[in-house]
Amino acid sequence: MSPFSWDHFLAMGGYAAYVWPAYAVFFIVLVADYVSPALRRRRNLRELRGRIARQAVRQQRNPTSP
Amino acid sequence: MSNWIPLWVHKLSSPPNFYRFAGVVRPWALGLALLLGAVALYGGLVLAPADYQQGDAYRIIFIHVPCAWMGLFVYGVMAIASFISLVWRIKLAEVVAMESAPIGAAFTFITLVTGSLWGKPMWGTWWTWDARLTSELVLLFLYLGVIGLYHSFEDRRQGARAAAFLAIIGIINVPIVHFSVNWWNTLHQGSTVRILGPSRISGDMLWPLLTMMFATKFYYLASLFGRVRTDLLAMESGKDWVRQIAQGRAAVPEQEARR
Repeated sequence: MSPFSWDHFLAMGGYAAYVWPAYAVFFIVLVADYVSPALRRRRNLRELRGRIARQAVRQQRNPTSP
Repeated sequence: MSNWIPLWVHKLSSPPNFYRFAGVVRPWALGLALLLGAVALYGGLVLAPADYQQGDAYRIIFIHVPCAWMGLFVYGVMAIASFISLVWRIKLAEVVAMESAPIGAAFTFITLVTGSLWGKPMWGTWWTWDARLTSELVLLFLYLGVIGLYHSFEDRRQGARAAAFLAIIGIINVPIVHFSVNWWNTLHQGSTVRILGPSRISGDMLWPLLTMMFATKFYYLASLFGRVRTDLLAMESGKDWVRQIAQGRAAVPEQEARR
């Protein structure tokens, strides 16, 4: 095997325009898949904290109500 | 529920326990996925020789084929979990089924796009309505149908039940995708890696492919568990254990509390 060269590697034997976009799609789609539930989770927890805080305020103003 | 199911399954399927369990497993699964993925990419892109017919274009195989396998595998998991959720009404099975759908859709989408990028230089076309490609597109639509049906109901659990039915019916498509290259005369090449009989691929191309298969399996586990955790928090937001996590004074892993 010939010694490794970046130019040769990136050229992909003339198929760079097909091979690299394929790998890019693979990574972009999986990263999006991984990040989206984490963002959803953060949003849910923030909303829940808001709800708990509002509930606490209500209870302070009107201690007899549940 | 029947008493033949071991006690630990019972315990594990309770939402707070599974939330904790998934939180422990997930970083390991992701770590293994990244490690195996990196090794597979090095083996596939650098070490493996160019194909004598397809040159370097064939290197798309190292993501195309593992993603195609995962599209079918995830569908199988989704259909089994759907069946369990319909028969035994286990909330966790329902969550696993519904959160598998977007991951399976992602893998199927990657399969179609990378296949298209491979088809253009090799067949001279981005797309053709042959049996393999069409049944794979149907697979993507089935995933999208399950996701859409799930979200189209006001009541989450009712939506999950309807979507579970669709997932079970759609399993018919899985063998069609798999055997399409044998049943019909297609432009798509036949199976390269065969479980029965020798594979039609040389060893230095085969091992990166199989390594990537394990990487995508572990990735699925990591992604699924992250999604299930998110869903469990949302579904149980009125419960005490979720409130404790939200307020950062939970008896769950510390990094959760800091977020």
